[in-house]
Amino acid sequence: MTGRILLRGGRVVDPAAGRDEVADVLISDGAIASADGPTTGATVIDADGLVIAPGLVDLHTHLREPGREDKETVESGSRAAAVGGFTAVSPMANTEPVADNAAVIHEVRALGERAGLVDVFPVGAITRGLAGEEMAEIGEMVEAGVRIFSDDGRCVPEARVLRNALTYARAFEGVVIAEHCEDGSLAEGGQMHEGEHSYALGLAGQPREAEEVIVARDLAIARLTGGRLHLCHLSSAGSVELVRRAKRDGLRVTAEVTPHHLVFSDDDLVTYDTNFKVNPPLRTPEDRQALGRAVADATIDVVATDHAPHAVEEKEAEFDRSPPGTIGLETALAALLTQLVEPGTVSLTRAIDALSTTPARILGASDHGGPLEPGRVANLVVFDPAAEWTVEPPFASRSRNSAFLGRSLRGRVVHTIHRGSLVVADGKAQR
Amino acid sequence: MKKHLLSIHDVTAEDIVRILDTAESLREVGTRVIKKVPALRGRTVVNLFYENSTRTRISFELAAKRLSADVINFSTSGSSVSKGESLKDTALTLQAMGADAVVIRHSSSGSPLTLTRWVRGSVLNAGDGTHEHPTQALLDLYTMREKLGRLEGLRVAIVGDVLHSRVARSLSFGLVKMGAEVTLVGPPTLIPPDAPAWGVDVSYDIGGVLPKLDVCYMLRVQRERQRQQYFPSVREYARLFGLTRDRVAMLPEDALIMHPGPMNRGVEIDSDVADLPNSVIEEQVTNGIAIRMALLYLLLGGTGADGADAGEAA
Repeated sequence: MTGRILLRGGRVVDPAAGRDEVADVLISDGAIASADGPTTGATVIDADGLVIAPGLVDLHTHLREPGREDKETVESGSRAAAVGGFTAVSPMANTEPVADNAAVIHEVRALGERAGLVDVFPVGAITRGLAGEEMAEIGEMVEAGVRIFSDDGRCVPEARVLRNALTYARAFEGVVIAEHCEDGSLAEGGQMHEGEHSYALGLAGQPREAEEVIVARDLAIARLTGGRLHLCHLSSAGSVELVRRAKRDGLRVTAEVTPHHLVFSDDDLVTYDTNFKVNPPLRTPEDRQALGRAVADATIDVVATDHAPHAVEEKEAEFDRSPPGTIGLETALAALLTQLVEPGTVSLTRAIDALSTTPARILGASDHGGPLEPGRVANLVVFDPAAEWTVEPPFASRSRNSAFLGRSLRGRVVHTIHRGSLVVADGKAQR
Repeated sequence: MKKHLLSIHDVTAEDIVRILDTAESLREVGTRVIKKVPALRGRTVVNLFYENSTRTRISFELAAKRLSADVINFSTSGSSVSKGESLKDTALTLQAMGADAVVIRHSSSGSPLTLTRWVRGSVLNAGDGTHEHPTQALLDLYTMREKLGRLEGLRVAIVGDVLHSRVARSLSFGLVKMGAEVTLVGPPTLIPPDAPAWGVDVSYDIGGVLPKLDVCYMLRVQRERQRQQYFPSVREYARLFGLTRDRVAMLPEDALIMHPGPMNRGVEIDSDVADLPNSVIEEQVTNGIAIRMALLYLLLGGTGADGADAGEAA
């Protein structure tokens, strides 16, 4: 549905404009119009008690297509994103085939356009085949519109390769090298965070130092090259400290954290529930708290889902045979509201900033993240901050491996407007 | 007792005494001409072994048969599992066949707990990954109590690859529960970092520990650990931590030498040491059957239709 939409009397939270006030928002022909413009023929939506914010932007999504369409497709993942209030997602490059060339990038973007539910900004691989050896054709992918490059799923193991990628990428304005920080040899075989619980459960552990040594290395290489580095899904308090210091030193670095690392800890693994098996692993409650504080003070810039769909039979397997990952697009906003906004750790404005405005800026997605001013493309989310709900299937995602299953959350997306079109209305995807 | 035995944490000190006492009275069955009592007649016990373990499987099989249960052995080679069947589907199949107890051995830690989600019967952990091996711990406790008359205050060293040993974990927890004093001995790379939380001592010097012991419990050390760089060479491991003839001389005269098997003779234990009179390695095997009879009997509530017989057996 396009045409005119009038959102009446909602609380407009728009970090890019520094705005938080009750107001009407008028959408006309895909763009935001002046609120006192003509409303003739507009669909009027009562937004009393609801929050109107720029649509959410996910920097870290796995859509599995091409290759594992049984887990997710660009279309089903787009629908999950829209239901979760997102208007843009960045699918990671670890598909089959790998998105390490412009052809795959074009294909994924075309699938996204066909689905038409959110904007899809594919991430390109840093190295060919994610093998960590030869640089992929970064320039060609930049021409195809790629802004973020990552070998996510693993880090670039050779420091020299990362050095060259960070240096080479300086030729392209705004291009970001995003690292999955994990020392392969320290993490090898690790099923969960190494600590009290891994010992008690008899599961091989992955120490937090497996992440921290790579964070430290990557920050050093960013310093060496002056390159633009983004650190994916940080999990440990020590990593946060390293980033805090690097930012103080003026390095061009940003960082993200997932909702599940903000909500859960290794305490949740004591029943060997594979939905809590994620990578990097859930760490201790102290790490979780440090991550929350880092979102509050923007040491961690972005909350990104690391939405990782897996087939039921894969997740119902023995713990050490089950793949890591949880879906997250449909629960991210509520998780952040429940865990950090509700108790007052993070303001609502900062939450929207971390889920929309800042990731949009990193992604260079100028149609997203606000400000919600006349003339701008209408990408918005409308949510009820007070609504309580319990996470349970069915999901819009093709998979249901959610760490949040059975969890009661507060805050629910009511409407998502993508390019002026009501793609989610009353919590239901419109196609 | 709880319905399942997944970990030694599932049993209290009182439960352990009851299990050992029950095993004591059931052990006599093994000395009869007809080694059988009808306590579990009509009940079905499934042995689900995802890891090869002839000794543990046979021990459970004999235990169940001596209690007159029907026994099904389901090993992963040559079965639907080798055709790619998942643990869940195997469990549902066993459930459909009406298994009263499933004994599971699996290389993945936590599989026994996962299995309880899909089967209604009791689940007995016969060793899961690097997690636990509670029946081994119980038979070891039985053997110590039988030979030394008590568990409380016993000084026990567990020597070797504690880090990867489900036996060491279950046994340590069980011994601590029964008031014994446990020292873990091995190279620091093979001692779990959280060992102090177990309520045990740690030593890297076997020579300093031996003279004070009631039990010297040796663990199997896989040669693979050398390749993974936990220690520089098998030769150096044997020199520093092996139970040699010379070291046995440092043990008090009546101290026991134990090993859960299978042994790597010449690595963690010298060949002739394993055959010394104070080595009770074979008794451990014999006692394993009695302990597993006791567990099946207690978990399956061996009263039921054969209440009278069961009472007699206990």
